[in-house]
Amino acid sequence: MPIPHGDQGGRYDVVVVGGGPGGLAAAAAAVRAGCTVALVDAGPDLGGQYWRHRPGRLDRAPARTTFAVLAEAARSGAKHLAEHEVWTVGTDDRGFVVRAVNGSAERTLGAAAVVLATGAADRQLPFPGWELPGVFTAGGAQALHKGHGVRVGRRVVVAGTGPFLLPVAAGLAADGAHIVGVFEANATSGWLRRLPAVARNLGRVSEAAAYRAKLATSGARYRTGCAVVAAHGDTHVEAVTVARIDADWRVRPGTSRTVRCDALAVGWGFTPHIELALGLGCATRVDFDGSVVVDVGEDQATSVPGVYVAGEACGVGGAALAVAEGEIAGFAAAAALGHKATAEPDLAGRDRARLRAFAAAMHHVYPVRDGWRDWLEPQTLVCRCEEVPVRAVVESVHELGATDARSVKLLTRTGMGWCQGRICGYATSRLVALESGEPATELGLAHRPLAVPVPLGLLAGSPETREDP
Amino acid sequence: MRPTFAFDGRDLRFQPGQSVGAALVAAGVRSWRTTRRQGRPRGIFCGIGVCFDCLLTVDGRPNVRACMVPAREGMDVRSQDGGGHADPPR
Repeated sequence: MPIPHGDQGGRYDVVVVGGGPGGLAAAAAAVRAGCTVALVDAGPDLGGQYWRHRPGRLDRAPARTTFAVLAEAARSGAKHLAEHEVWTVGTDDRGFVVRAVNGSAERTLGAAAVVLATGAADRQLPFPGWELPGVFTAGGAQALHKGHGVRVGRRVVVAGTGPFLLPVAAGLAADGAHIVGVFEANATSGWLRRLPAVARNLGRVSEAAAYRAKLATSGARYRTGCAVVAAHGDTHVEAVTVARIDADWRVRPGTSRTVRCDALAVGWGFTPHIELALGLGCATRVDFDGSVVVDVGEDQATSVPGVYVAGEACGVGGAALAVAEGEIAGFAAAAALGHKATAEPDLAGRDRARLRAFAAAMHHVYPVRDGWRDWLEPQTLVCRCEEVPVRAVVESVHELGATDARSVKLLTRTGMGWCQGRICGYATSRLVALESGEPATELGLAHRPLAVPVPLGLLAGSPETREDP
Repeated sequence: MRPTFAFDGRDLRFQPGQSVGAALVAAGVRSWRTTRRQGRPRGIFCGIGVCFDCLLTVDGRPNVRACMVPAREGMDVRSQDGGGHADPPR
């Protein structure tokens, strides 16, 4: 599609989308290889979610050495476009056109190659009361604390599954919150069956152990095989129901109890942001954790020539893996443009293999089981934006004959609101699969023509942008 | 002295670098939007720009994500009902 706006943001060898670990490593590598590089990021400062920090408090960011090195390399050699969200990547006769918005103003950047390092957000499951104010995603609670110095509550419950719950809880505790409990749905004994991956990644294991120790010091309890299955309150959360669950995540009868709190931080793994890659036509695959991710080759190249992906968007695996993948992607993009790599891609490749093995083990230890279906009530919202209850989704399957998430979306408006199914996409596809007996099709909800809502004037191709979305 | 913005007509202090949403949570404000259908309160959920639960009106522009917009001195921030265009809940 021809782009009417020209390249008022400039033209580059490589445009990197995302300023987190993967994007920073990609930008730094491409700069080192001699490319002209632009780095476009939604945040006010570099770092993404993992290295999110308060302005001027860089020295307190965790893993500051890696961040400082990469950020310095990216800052010195790449054009950094902050507070700009990329809403689409198109093509023209010279390559790619990256279109980014800040409010109602748009910048477009031309690129010979793009590296998409768009990251991920907490995967969510519906449960009664999850739409109450005071219920936060685990990443949201951490972002408020790390990026803004704000505590989400005084008495906080942390729940869900995955090792990410530990740094979230430890950070909130260090900030003075009373952590009432950390409730991990899975049994962590699963690690014992994955010892080879553990042995190759002792650094990752000791990181988790350090968070556990910090938590223990604060008096917080870490309980496995438990879940928050409901949140209660009138205008904000005042209590949650915690229950012991079995291996399929069904509530064990007689184990439910009410826990008073003023905030809940909850997350069930991560859902990668793959909209831009899907928009470009990149091939996808389903990863170990059930997420739809972009399929990449040895050099992080996608099925579309000139498009590379690094980090969570090609498989959730954490910051260290994203750095390795970003470095490989940055050098590969540069090499394809005729710039010779100056570093050792072998080293990053070995890191990547080791960290991917760990990520695969992690996904097997912390799966999401379907028993959460039994926590729901007919009026529990599946889609928060359009306020679609479970009842409507179930009816669309059993009374209207829908057998896939896309049909359910059209019949019920689930996933059609502001967030475009980013929050409810996983749960909707699982719910429809469970009700219909057909395999899950999350991809049907993952296709979004716009990665972020934009003013209508941009879609119309008008050079003048309007204020009203 | 810390900078302020107006929230529904009252002065609300913030720290430079905070988002509007973070400043509201810090001030003990849990919700600032009601939903279009059921009129239920919403505030920050994801905190990173994905869920669009934290919409409010900034300097007359409705449906702005509180978690993404940096707080600035003298901003006029207003809570928002329904679709943000002063229309009644459907």
